[in-house]
Amino acid sequence: MSAPSSAPASGLAQIGKSVFIKGELSGSEDLYLDGQVEGSIALKGNSLTVGPNGQVKASVEAKGVVVQGKLEGNVQASDRVELRKSAVVTGDISTQRISIEEGAYLKGKVDIHRTDIK
Amino acid sequence: MSSVSQTFMKFFRGSSVPETIPAQGSQKLTRRSSGLGELARSWETAEGLCVLDLGSTSPTNIRHFTERGHRIYSEDLLTASTDPELPTTDEQGNAVLDSRKFLADNLVYPAAHFDVVLCWNLPDYLDESLVKPVVGRLWSVLKPGGMLLAFFHTRDAGPDSPCHRFHIVGPDTLEMQKIELRRDARRSGTAPSTIADGFQLQRVFNNRHIENLFRDFASIKFFLARDNIREVLVVR
Repeated sequence: MSAPSSAPASGLAQIGKSVFIKGELSGSEDLYLDGQVEGSIALKGNSLTVGPNGQVKASVEAKGVVVQGKLEGNVQASDRVELRKSAVVTGDISTQRISIEEGAYLKGKVDIHRTDIK
Repeated sequence: MSSVSQTFMKFFRGSSVPETIPAQGSQKLTRRSSGLGELARSWETAEGLCVLDLGSTSPTNIRHFTERGHRIYSEDLLTASTDPELPTTDEQGNAVLDSRKFLADNLVYPAAHFDVVLCWNLPDYLDESLVKPVVGRLWSVLKPGGMLLAFFHTRDAGPDSPCHRFHIVGPDTLEMQKIELRRDARRSGTAPSTIADGFQLQRVFNNRHIENLFRDFASIKFFLARDNIREVLVVR
């Protein structure tokens, strides 16, 4: 019964709600995004959290993706996708695991690709 | 040869097209579904099916299909029909929704893409001007031999029948959750206009109307339920 956290963890890279970025966004650390991004986001091996004020129009490639705000674009997560109850997602999701809270809105495909555990 | 195309009965014509999202924590009812039971045999035996769920986003349904290795597409057409840019007028000056714009923004898939379409009670609550165009589009995105499940209220259901979302909880069992409205218009960012208690039943189809609606499909099968619902399973 853990409440979804809307605040970023300390030490996490953050993009605040007044920031607008257009273009390619890439990095090698976890990112909390509460602003606007248009373009593409690549965080291979790391996680992206779209905060409640976040508005993303981009293709997203990351290890894990948590959405609390709006995301328009395809999501490719090598590990996990979480759609929180306030999430509004338009796009196809490809991931190994997904969790969707009641109230989340999704328009798109969910494709679960499973990797055999050795 | 009377044309029934314009006689979709408007006994319970609704007025508002509010922004909607299913409410959380609303009461859930369980019902048996013969149509679902028959349809479920296909996804229990086949592999890699492509399924389109036209109800409100259902984590339960997404889990149901992905656990079985199927791909699921979720598209909430009722909510999409509340787009404030859709209202327009036809040649006679009647208020309608712009079906061309609606289909430009929704149900955009390659032809013959889906094995299964879960329509639920969409035709009963969708605006009149969108029903036939949507069914036409569904025909084109279904594979030949693909199946569509839809529910229709009988007249006895009454005009205040609440709109439900449906969660698959068993091979022939559905959990029904009343759709309520939220006051935050999340999709458009605009304030909703008239807020009622939910989507209103727009009309009641009789069997002949239903057959006419799906006349381009190869076959149609009716299942009568006790709760004033006719379940319809059609095959393209």
